[in-house]
Amino acid sequence: MVRLEPRRQHSQAMVYLSPVLAILMTLFVGGIIFSFMGKNPFDALYTFFILPINNSYGISELFVKATPLVIIAIGLSMGFRANVWNIGAEGQLTMGAIFGGGLALYFYDSESMFLLPAMFVLGAIGGAFWGGIPALLRTRFNANEILTSLMLTYVATLFLSFLVHGPWRNPEGFNFPESRPFPDAGLLPVIYDGTRVHLGTAFAVLVVIAGWILLSKSVIGFQLRVVGKAPQAARHVGFRQKRMVWFTLLLGGALSGLAGLFEVAGPIGQLQPAISPGYGFTAIIVAFLGRLHPLGILFGGLIMALTYLGGELAQITLGLPNAVTGLFQGILLFFLLACDVLTKYRVRFGTPAAKGEAA
Amino acid sequence: MNVNLVKRTLAAVVATGALALGMGAAQAEEVKAGFVYVGPIGDHGWSYRHDIGRQAIEAALGDNATTSYVESVPEGADAERVIRQLAQTGHNLIFTTSFGFMNPTVKVAKQFPNVKFEHATGYKRDANVSTYAARFYEGRYVAGVIAGKMTKSNIVGYVGSFPIPEVVRGINSFMLGAWSVNPDVKVKIVWANTWYDPGKEGDAAKALIDQGADIMVQHTDSPAPLQVAENRGIVGFGQASDMIKFAPKAQLTAIVDHWDEYYVARAKAVMDGTWESTDTWGGIDSGMVDMAPYTNMPDDVKALAEETEAKIASGEIHPFAGPIYDQAGELRIKEGEDATDEMLLGMDWYIKGIDAELPK
Amino acid sequence: MDWLIPLILTVITASTPLLLASTGELITEKSGVLNLGVEGMMLVGAISGFAVTATSGSAILGILAAIIAGMLMSLIFAFLTLTLMANQVATGLALTIFGVGFSALVGSGFVGFAIEPLPGLHIPLLTDIPLVGEILFGQDFLVYLSIVMVIAVGFFLSRTRGGLILKAVGDSHHSAHAIGYSVIKIRYMATMFGGAMAGLAGAYLSLSYTPMWAENMTAGRGWIALALVVFATWRPGRLLAGAYMFGLISVLQLHAQSAGVHVPSQFMSMLPYLATVIVLVIISSDRAKIRLNAPACIGQAFRPAQ
Repeated sequence: MVRLEPRRQHSQAMVYLSPVLAILMTLFVGGIIFSFMGKNPFDALYTFFILPINNSYGISELFVKATPLVIIAIGLSMGFRANVWNIGAEGQLTMGAIFGGGLALYFYDSESMFLLPAMFVLGAIGGAFWGGIPALLRTRFNANEILTSLMLTYVATLFLSFLVHGPWRNPEGFNFPESRPFPDAGLLPVIYDGTRVHLGTAFAVLVVIAGWILLSKSVIGFQLRVVGKAPQAARHVGFRQKRMVWFTLLLGGALSGLAGLFEVAGPIGQLQPAISPGYGFTAIIVAFLGRLHPLGILFGGLIMALTYLGGELAQITLGLPNAVTGLFQGILLFFLLACDVLTKYRVRFGTPAAKGEAA
Repeated sequence: MNVNLVKRTLAAVVATGALALGMGAAQAEEVKAGFVYVGPIGDHGWSYRHDIGRQAIEAALGDNATTSYVESVPEGADAERVIRQLAQTGHNLIFTTSFGFMNPTVKVAKQFPNVKFEHATGYKRDANVSTYAARFYEGRYVAGVIAGKMTKSNIVGYVGSFPIPEVVRGINSFMLGAWSVNPDVKVKIVWANTWYDPGKEGDAAKALIDQGADIMVQHTDSPAPLQVAENRGIVGFGQASDMIKFAPKAQLTAIVDHWDEYYVARAKAVMDGTWESTDTWGGIDSGMVDMAPYTNMPDDVKALAEETEAKIASGEIHPFAGPIYDQAGELRIKEGEDATDEMLLGMDWYIKGIDAELPK
Repeated sequence: MDWLIPLILTVITASTPLLLASTGELITEKSGVLNLGVEGMMLVGAISGFAVTATSGSAILGILAAIIAGMLMSLIFAFLTLTLMANQVATGLALTIFGVGFSALVGSGFVGFAIEPLPGLHIPLLTDIPLVGEILFGQDFLVYLSIVMVIAVGFFLSRTRGGLILKAVGDSHHSAHAIGYSVIKIRYMATMFGGAMAGLAGAYLSLSYTPMWAENMTAGRGWIALALVVFATWRPGRLLAGAYMFGLISVLQLHAQSAGVHVPSQFMSMLPYLATVIVLVIISSDRAKIRLNAPACIGQAFRPAQ
């Protein structure tokens, strides 16, 4: 029989090997599914994993798609380390887009070079504001942030819908639900000509580095690591739980808000009812795929983005329905999450010497 | 549009002539059509109907055409990439079937001048970007006439999605139709704030029925409101598809989206090399707006409905024939005039007599 | 008063799927497991129930299929998180992505199918009692089941040994293990109960609420069910109240609209979410009570020391 035996130390080799193993297993199971659906499994897997990034444009799109996921996930990971369950990043993203985008709409004929930086600030404030409400309700009224942050997501989305259907509607847009286009001064510059890679992507890289420094070098990073590993100990040492709640929700909110602003000031260029296909929720998975570590999150975000791009191409070139993408993504995530076990445990065959619970 | 039709026919004649002369100049180009859908084709509504149109191309052109589609494409940053990927993978005719795809379509079209683009329900065109939409309001006028005759409580329940011009226009047209036969009809409107949530749409329908509505009209995608009508023993109208299976005793007719002929014609135009940028807004006469069989109504109402449908098709009736006043009492369309297409396209006001406030 | 009865009937149907799914999740969470895959399990339950009912003609078979499908989905989750100790939050979300895709794939052949809705109860005389007759004696059996289950769960948790064990496992898995309870086995069962109930909730949607199959027809109800468990502070009584409050406000805002209340509809649609937050804030302010109810080990992997 197969059983798991804990390792004394996390296996460094397995930290890198387990994702590889997971992907190999996904390839195998995915291949079976694709042949079952009457497709050549090699073609299908090629389409999912290689075709999206076999040219420079594809790679640039991978970065564009991963940008919001990585930025949000870094912010969320800090909270998850401290057991603060912010699952309302989607709403914070929306509020950031509303605040920052609202500024661009107010100064819709501006040519000022200060517009864009001001939009960044407001975008972050908008997100932090929306993340701050669950923080206030948790610290002041003891209300669980899982519920409050999730419910506020619906409120934010409906509020955006109200704005673009009503007061912020483009006066020259035949009353369709969209805002004016942002002025050029309110659009993120493209940092690589001929692609859509914008300043936000560069910012995402900065966030990864800053997150890593924060976590490994700062006092609050130390606290986050301790709280995550040993909440009781942290309480004894006197870390203030309330401050941690505020810090992580405001930070997560601000980063989500910025990610939302980057979407509307970047690839979209205006406010409209749908600005995010659920980045705020997908980023939760990305955070855990990356084991809550900034570098891991970077890779997690890229892998997640790749499956979306691959799913689109699988529809275009193979005629596979979108449902297969979801199925395939689910399986890939299952394997990635399951293989994590190998970093902490060894697989042993045979019966254990000491009597333990059957796994 | 008629001018365009003439041009197209002429071009086709010329092309055929060229072939007949054995010059072989007009070699048929193979069509590779790509479709971008905003919802899943399993929504049984908007995207589903476009996919039926896609299949019509394959059926009509056989080996000369291949098609592919991408479903559930979000109307955000992703749309541009999907459209571009279709263009890059050799598709020479691309249909983007939601308003939210307008800007990305125009943007990608600039980078692929040899690819033809067709954007549904928008207003931006280019040398290689056509727009097309259907005058569903014509069907709603017919539905209004039927409702005016069928209602006993004189209250119509209307489940709306979002207060956009398309939906507002539909409400106005429906009421103009209803008032043409019964001036006492009142409408109650509930906005579901979704195109697609069967449960919520059904609950909205129940709320309307509870407040006295005995006719159910919907401008959302699922069959749920009509199912509720069936269950509660009232009647109503299907949306996008013929929903008679879901409401055999309740469906009076359905306003069916029918893109097949347009899609096939556009694909053929690409094949013949006669495609050019057009703005098509097809009504009942073009077949784009298709009325499902008239059922569950007395013969005289059925006859009236058929007559109204025919008169709209022939142009004898224009739903928005003046004089038409808005709620504030301002004359919007003068006596003897019809609403212009521009006015219809951006309609954001209710006509006089509708007792509801348009959310702004 | 003649508007009240139909209003109540609408509220019952709007609340029942939320109540079914959240009752299951309550048990799952009480054992210390946080399964965020409710939406995915509901969808798979909905298509399984619909497909089997449509092909066999038997709603009973359909409901059984939905229960089994929900349990199988939760088994995937349980195997990954309990046996392989994968992260629960991420695995739950992945389960939803998987469920959305899987249900859409299976359901592609069932779009546009119509079936007979689940029949309502009809007891001569009782159902015909004016006013309350239809409310009390005219519902389909899943509605009664949802009420029975939440009462049963309340009884189970507070009055039975099994309930005590379940709570012990959720509050301190190491102590429970030390006393000799099989933590993993109990959590497996609690998770599968959650899956079964989510499957039932899905079947209620596709067989009774709106008898049809359409992709993503749950439209976020799984998430609301999750939030309701938190809202209820893990108490079955409050869960019943919470599900019906959410259903009531959702339906009331539609009624207000059709009665001509002139507030932008987006703000009306916000009401159920805002109300949930406000009520939670009010009932949470009593700190001590919340602490006693939240399972202390929620979301944490358990591995017996060897």
